[in-house]
Amino acid sequence: MKLNRRTFLKVSAGTTGLILLNKPKKSSASDTPNKSGKAVLVDTSKCVGCWWCYAACKHAHNLPETIRPDKEHPPELDSNILTTLSTMKNGDEWLYAKRQCMHCEYPACVTACPVGALQKTPEGPVIYDSSKCFGCRYCMVVCPFGVPDFEWEDPTPWICKCDFCTDRLAAGLEPACVDACTTGALKLGNREELIAEARERIAAEPGKYIDHIYGEKEAGGTSWLYLSTIPLEKIGFPSLESKPVTLDAERAMGAVPPVLLGVAAAMSSIFWLVKRRNQMSQEKPGDKKEGRK
Amino acid sequence: MMPKKHSFPVGTFILSILVVVGLAVVIYRYIYGLGAISNLSDGRAWGLWISFDLYCGVALAAGGFTLAGAVYIFNLKKYRSVVRPAILTAFLGYTLVILALLVDLGHPWYIWHIIINWNVHSPLFEVGMCVMFYTAVLALEFSPAVFEGLSKSNLPVVRHINWHFPWRVIRAIQIPLVIAGVVLSTLHQSSLGSMLLMMPETLHELWYTPILPILFLISAVAVGPAMVIFESTLSTRVFGHKLDIDVLSGLARVIPYILGLYLLLKVIELTAVGELGLIFTAYPQNLLWWGEIIIGVIVPIILFSMSDVRQNRSAVFWTSVLIIIGLVINRFNVSMLALGMRPGYFYFPHWMEFAVSVGLVADALLVIWLAHRFLPIAHQEQIVEAEI
Repeated sequence: MKLNRRTFLKVSAGTTGLILLNKPKKSSASDTPNKSGKAVLVDTSKCVGCWWCYAACKHAHNLPETIRPDKEHPPELDSNILTTLSTMKNGDEWLYAKRQCMHCEYPACVTACPVGALQKTPEGPVIYDSSKCFGCRYCMVVCPFGVPDFEWEDPTPWICKCDFCTDRLAAGLEPACVDACTTGALKLGNREELIAEARERIAAEPGKYIDHIYGEKEAGGTSWLYLSTIPLEKIGFPSLESKPVTLDAERAMGAVPPVLLGVAAAMSSIFWLVKRRNQMSQEKPGDKKEGRK
Repeated sequence: MMPKKHSFPVGTFILSILVVVGLAVVIYRYIYGLGAISNLSDGRAWGLWISFDLYCGVALAAGGFTLAGAVYIFNLKKYRSVVRPAILTAFLGYTLVILALLVDLGHPWYIWHIIINWNVHSPLFEVGMCVMFYTAVLALEFSPAVFEGLSKSNLPVVRHINWHFPWRVIRAIQIPLVIAGVVLSTLHQSSLGSMLLMMPETLHELWYTPILPILFLISAVAVGPAMVIFESTLSTRVFGHKLDIDVLSGLARVIPYILGLYLLLKVIELTAVGELGLIFTAYPQNLLWWGEIIIGVIVPIILFSMSDVRQNRSAVFWTSVLIIIGLVINRFNVSMLALGMRPGYFYFPHWMEFAVSVGLVADALLVIWLAHRFLPIAHQEQIVEAEI
């Protein structure tokens, strides 16, 4: 469907070419797709819903700790919950899928943020710098995974989201949730290698997993990758196309300089032409003209 | 020049109360946070203020650049009498946008961050820059009226200042100012559409299209003259002077062409991507689509194509109201009603959200009333020009 739109665009470029003059420009984030960056492979078949990732995350980020959530009513992500589980009863067994920032390869939040408070680092994490933020919440609206959250009850509110434990990564440690995982459902590694490993796991046990790595292609790819026994869309993950969600907006933004110059030039020439035509047609004295200096 | 002084005190009293209530809510918000006065949530991070104050406010301010462009660039002198009211309305519209942002932003005291921290890839960065520069341009475009008013003033210090000097400076750069206004408006109106291009997965297919920025610009150009008809009709009713029907019908005559182009682009786009059927099948969103198209596009095209309608003041006025309502529905559709954001969240504005928006509009109406009383709005330029 979206490809059809693209085709339509090319067809209509002649008449409505305002935003089509430029090829899509890549944002600073998407200049260097994260080939060697860090990623985490989530094997949902290994998750038993112990919520240790949830507890470890709260501890690592100094967030108010709570009792272990109920699998029947798992909490949504919010300003105090940077990772949670989506749960679903499938026959007799419970299925769990960890939710947190996906750390996209082409992050919508990074393109959207007007003040550059969100950045994709070469190491993989999408990080947030509150010293630049002014609280417009555009990142929350554009995120295709619905991740960034806001401190609504605070008079000085900030955006909150998983930071991939950037400081722990820099110190050579695993993220708190990966470190805490009791069953090996989470594995930190290099993104390319983890995708290869995921394929091996799918091939090694035919019929166990669905033949899809969620996050390999979704919205242009993410740094968190999921192996699962059922499509994750059934457990509340969004169903996304493989093109980055930032493409159309970046193309439109690329058209800004030519449109600026073009409209300025067009308006100046129209003004000059109209004025000249009027002068030619009515060379009468005393007829005061607008705009003559 | 003096308006009927007794026609308004009750109105101004009500407006003042609304402003005070809005202000009280804003103070409450700064103490207790956004959560205390709004129904916004993580799943619905943008609400009434963005849809109404930003999206509708900017579009309804389009009368400023369309009329300034028509009069000063295309030299359509007929419309000179409505340029100043149009520019004043646009300036107030943009002021309202900024004031609403000062409520909506989590950290309004850091609004200046956009001047030092640039992300040129962000549509919202473009929006912010355009709001900033265009508000300044509008203030300068309107300033001659203020200087003219001050030069007539009897206030102690003010009357000794030579107001003709700044007046002449602004008049000298008037054409560059108007051109800058048209350029900034073109970018700004379209950039509000670009902002939505970041949401291909959550904005409904009936509205999402890569040509959204162009549709936004065209609909703003169409609603500009309608807004000028609307507010000049109202102000002439309140202040008692008559506007030439020629001006109204002239504005009404161009609107069908612009709306026609808008409708054509919308339908062609939907046809080209094979989604035209959605206007019948995508219930209930298709009702919203038909609402904005019938009320704001099709009916006004038909009405304004009839010369009887164009010669009738109240028919012109009410048709313009239809266009404005249609545009408001459209902007609410794309920024709220047809925008999914996160599943499972319901949003209806808190009464205090309404109080803020209503208070800001009341604010603007008060300023318009004051301006009409004390500044040469309707009878522009003649006074000072005669003295030079």
